[in-house]
Amino acid sequence: MSNYLYILWIPLLPLATFVILGIFGRKYLSSIAGLLGTASLLTATILSFVAAKQYFFVDGKVNGVYQKIVALKYTWLEFAPNMSIDLGIIVDPISVMMLVVVTSVSLMVHVFSLGYMKGEERFATYYAFLSLFTFSMLGLILSSNIFQVYMFWELVGVSSFLLISYYFNKPSAVAASKKAFIVTRFADLGFLIGILILGYYGGTLDIGLLIERFTSVHSTQFLSITSASFLGASMLTWGLTLVFMGGAGKSAMFPLHIWLPDAMEGPTPVSALIHAATMVVAGVYLVARMFPVFTMDESALNIVTYVGAASALFAAIIACTQTDIKRVLAYSTMSQIGYMMFALGISKNGGENGLGYMASMFHLFTHAFFKSLLFLGAGSVIHMVHSNEMKDMGGLRKLMPVTHIAFLIACLAIAGIPPFAGFFSKEEILTAAFHENKIIYGIALFTAALTSFYMFRLYFNIFWSKDAPAASHADDAHTNDHDNHHADHGEGPWVMKLPLLILAACAVGVGFIPFSQLVTSDGAPLATHIDVVFSIAPVVLSVLAILLAASFYKNQNGKSDKVADAFGGLYTAAHKKFYVDEVYLFITKKIIFPFIGQPIAWADKNIVDGFMQLLAKITLKVSVLIKGLQSGKVQNYAMYFFGGIVVLSILFIYIWK
Amino acid sequence: MQEISLSQILFVSTALFFIGMYGLFTRRNLITMLMSIELMLNSVNINFVAFNKYLFPDNLDGLFFTLFIITIAAAEAAVAIAIIINLFRSHNSIDVEDATEMKN
Repeated sequence: MSNYLYILWIPLLPLATFVILGIFGRKYLSSIAGLLGTASLLTATILSFVAAKQYFFVDGKVNGVYQKIVALKYTWLEFAPNMSIDLGIIVDPISVMMLVVVTSVSLMVHVFSLGYMKGEERFATYYAFLSLFTFSMLGLILSSNIFQVYMFWELVGVSSFLLISYYFNKPSAVAASKKAFIVTRFADLGFLIGILILGYYGGTLDIGLLIERFTSVHSTQFLSITSASFLGASMLTWGLTLVFMGGAGKSAMFPLHIWLPDAMEGPTPVSALIHAATMVVAGVYLVARMFPVFTMDESALNIVTYVGAASALFAAIIACTQTDIKRVLAYSTMSQIGYMMFALGISKNGGENGLGYMASMFHLFTHAFFKSLLFLGAGSVIHMVHSNEMKDMGGLRKLMPVTHIAFLIACLAIAGIPPFAGFFSKEEILTAAFHENKIIYGIALFTAALTSFYMFRLYFNIFWSKDAPAASHADDAHTNDHDNHHADHGEGPWVMKLPLLILAACAVGVGFIPFSQLVTSDGAPLATHIDVVFSIAPVVLSVLAILLAASFYKNQNGKSDKVADAFGGLYTAAHKKFYVDEVYLFITKKIIFPFIGQPIAWADKNIVDGFMQLLAKITLKVSVLIKGLQSGKVQNYAMYFFGGIVVLSILFIYIWK
Repeated sequence: MQEISLSQILFVSTALFFIGMYGLFTRRNLITMLMSIELMLNSVNINFVAFNKYLFPDNLDGLFFTLFIITIAAAEAAVAIAIIINLFRSHNSIDVEDATEMKN
């Protein structure tokens, strides 16, 4: 087995950048912060491509099966034999795949930000936070111990919090960051309890050992965790469901999704990196990492399936009605992650039945590219128009040809039109769903059509809709890019266009990667083929949805308003995001605050604090009472002394004997 | 001449001790209080010597203790007088009633 220790440098480089930029950035390095961050990440990206090449094509395979390699293991805290918190590096198909995804998307975002964030006051801080995020995400991917996953999980949450509230003088950004942090923290509580349950019964926190113990039906650990039950479900179900709850929080699954649309308050490249391509798929990655254990428990897997499918459909419906382009993309992200989740949920471990697992990972891979492309494209548009609202846009195709083409490619990719990347991964998911569960297949098909509809609604609204851009937009473009004398008006400097082009190339090309040969649930290659007959239904539906969107939004003809009126209540409900936020507000403000929060606050103030104050008061009273004894007169002290001797003498002589 | 009994000697030493104690409690002058303490120490010395002579005439332990106490009393007097001189410098008086800064 060869040496993969150099992978350690991949997360360490961004960490070093974070430390350097965090300490010296604002004072000394603000001019080169972006270049420094980009250079360090470029090195990390090259290293991960080297690692991927070595693993996938040189020595990852033993007898045709990809091995799980622990490249580094350092025991950090040992509680009992085998029960320890380790810091390790695991190398297997999904971690190597994620390495490539995270570093390359992060690199694109770093490059794009050079143009997008130019002139920001806290430019160096921005790059420091980006590096911190990249470090945490890479650490999360490489974790070999479930507690290590948890630590990086929280670090990812913190860096997401910092980046969402980057514009900290905007109250909505501050509120959004708090919301994101609290909601995901709440989910992480479940994750922690899940870890403790699995660790308690499994007797270890090491992921490899946990999988080994919980997947053999005769091991004592497996017997003990399945025989113990709580509220009618076995502890295995509880543990896995709680772990999934953590994943659902990070991946914005219904009903813990409420933070994701608000998180769009952060800078757009950040949304592309964190809230589209990397952090939000951490939940999917977590389920995939623990997948062999999940397959041992039907009910936990069913929860994953139905939560995923419900989120996919729910978010797609909402996305059709939103007017803020980043929010449309946020709901679309949620919907696509729902796809990945239910693909995992319907999958089985190993062999031909592991198609769902492979499809889910494939979709994660392709989605990362086209969704970050969509976000970066949206970033370009926002950079030019200075607004997130669709009504401020329209007719931009002439002004922003590069963005237009890139965005169109990304839309086609997410809509699943061949030969773009999304087509291949979506086909695998649909095939898996068709074989396992017809209801899920129906939901997936309908969601696919909805996806095409809302993506092209977005596309036509931004780039077509109106004939010519309003004069103010052109002015904006000029004032905005006074330092950039490029031919096309204000599309941004080349650093903003290059990532779009690279990602567009990826969105076209990555679908052709023979993914089923590389990443599967058991490491052995899986034979898949695109069934042309099977593909007809989704593709035709998508094309129809695109044509529908075109007829509604290509020109402003008022058709869409009529349809919206026809749907009436459903449209309003979807526009208001099905009132989930309101339900949360009702539960917190009307139930939790007055009935739980206030009594606890009262108890804390009056009982806990009261007890302490009582002790203080007693001490004070007693000391006032006895302070007269300290008269300061030597002779009084001598009197007490002799009095004491007399009392002791009497005691010893007459009473004690 | 009649032999002096142990109880007579103890009577003297007890009287001496309580005279010292009385002086210690009632006098306000620090020098006088120091002298009273010396009286009490000496009454203890008399006890040691008397018990040694009457109960264990073959041993010398009591006498040695007496020598130690005399030495310590001398050292103590030196320290106490130094304190008293300092007190006089700062308070212009050697009355204990005037040195009550440490009260309460």
